[in-house]
Amino acid sequence: MNVDKFLFGLYIFMLAAFLGYQVISRVPQLLHTPLMAFTNAISGISLVASLVIAGSDHGLTSAIFGTIAVAAATINVVGGFLITDRMLKMFKKRGGP
Amino acid sequence: MMAPGPFVVAAQAAHEVAAQAAHGVAAQADGETTPRMLLYRVALLVASFLFLLGLRGLSRPETARRGLQYAAVGMLLGVLGTLVHEDIVSYHWIILGLVVGTLIGIPMGLWIPMTKMPERIALSHAFGGLAVALVGLAEYITKGPEMGSFAMAAVTTEALLGSITFTGSLVAFGKLQGLLSGKPQTFVGQNTLNFVLIGAALAGIVTIVIQPDLSPVMFGLAGLGLLLGVLLVMPIGGADMPVVICLLNAYAGLAAAAAGFALDNEVLIICGALDGGSGIILALIMSKAMNRSFYNVLFGAFGSVSATVPGKAAAVREGAPEDAAELLKLAGSVIIVPGYGMAVAQAQHAVRDLANAMAANGTRVRFAVHPVAGRMPGHMNVLLAEANVPYDEVFELEDINSEFAQADAVYVIGANDVVNPAAEDDKTSPIYGMPVLQVWKSATVLFNKRSLASGYAGIDNPVFYRDNTVMVLGDAKKMTEDIGKAMAH
Repeated sequence: MNVDKFLFGLYIFMLAAFLGYQVISRVPQLLHTPLMAFTNAISGISLVASLVIAGSDHGLTSAIFGTIAVAAATINVVGGFLITDRMLKMFKKRGGP
Repeated sequence: MMAPGPFVVAAQAAHEVAAQAAHGVAAQADGETTPRMLLYRVALLVASFLFLLGLRGLSRPETARRGLQYAAVGMLLGVLGTLVHEDIVSYHWIILGLVVGTLIGIPMGLWIPMTKMPERIALSHAFGGLAVALVGLAEYITKGPEMGSFAMAAVTTEALLGSITFTGSLVAFGKLQGLLSGKPQTFVGQNTLNFVLIGAALAGIVTIVIQPDLSPVMFGLAGLGLLLGVLLVMPIGGADMPVVICLLNAYAGLAAAAAGFALDNEVLIICGALDGGSGIILALIMSKAMNRSFYNVLFGAFGSVSATVPGKAAAVREGAPEDAAELLKLAGSVIIVPGYGMAVAQAQHAVRDLANAMAANGTRVRFAVHPVAGRMPGHMNVLLAEANVPYDEVFELEDINSEFAQADAVYVIGANDVVNPAAEDDKTSPIYGMPVLQVWKSATVLFNKRSLASGYAGIDNPVFYRDNTVMVLGDAKKMTEDIGKAMAH
């Protein structure tokens, strides 16, 4: 990785952090637990890295590391989306959904 | 000559894509994007957009589930797109990981009770940290020293932060679950040791960037991260868990962002920034709600001070459930203040039943939730929602604090430090300056507590001794049910 790519990454990080701040600040206290479960689920996107490591042929150690990483990230994705949905389903207003 | 119209440009672009498709292997050799990689990259781009769209949905309860669905579609696209990545040559390890993860993930999503949500979240931070740390180490093993200084710094940071998150979250889980003592675990020189270790970790990162082939340093750093995770969370008491869980969330996110830098992967940078940013924002809200700095939470070993219960045998007025029921029957307006004790006793359904009984009696019932009530942000809101309490009857501190003076009665159930007036008027109190729910301003305070022992922080609560307070001592669930039964008579 060279300096250009690093700076490009920083641009993306900066914009995402700024946008994230704006969006997340608007989440009410009411939904803070679902917010944590939600960001946890989407952070399971680290699957995009672990899948490639588990599937590429670079020796047993990295395959095992990759497979454990795939399993751990999948737990977060599957469990995270299910539990966030379970929570959000419960939030109801008086006299209707 | 006219400039080429948009159709011409589009046709040219399409032609180029087709040409690349025809020469997939050659294009790869030239460092160009093959169709498979194009598909992969576009899938991740769309996924990033859907994640942001989903997060925006969380700003209102009405749109939150729709947002979650957007994000789930994004995740599916991201995973499917990655499966066509051309570095993948075999699928058996992938399938093994996906199957194991799904088999563990489904019960963790469907069957964990809502009262165990802080434990559940702590565990998932541990999994997230583990995944990212292993990705970092595997990257280092496969690409080795040739990856360049910036990527090396990113991979090292990723492995270190991921390991800290992994063990730190496991310790947090152990404390919440009661496997480890919830009291701060401290020893002499603890902070000094932690600072030395953090310094050593930073020195390790610098070393590996300068000398990338020193693999023992790399693995040593991961080990140091595991140790640091334990040492940093052990001294933190149960009542400070909301801040710690948020910070671990932030670490997990930042580790993922570091992975994105190491792999040139934009979606990882974006999700890492969102996850890390969310953790930091929540941690700031929590520490503000406790009027404490991060430093104080992390290194202050709060609650280790011996209890400051005064020696005076101040008189408290104890009441039976029947007394409480009489009071609530006469009240025109009641505010219920839940705390961690409600979660421990799983009393949320009993509380809802009591609230319904009062409402049937013509009483206006509202709920007041302090930002740090419970063990994680929004903990009480989820429990009340589970018990079918409509969210428009649940109020935040700023919105309800002016209402206590007009309330006929307040029922405090399992909360203590968040309703302590010492935070407002006793400068020597450890919680001085923390915003609290002003329950004492109401005509009567019904205070449910297991016993007269002081609260988690070991601080006495002057509300117990006020003339307008009636202590109803006992298990939160049983007491609430007994009050409900007495009201029915």
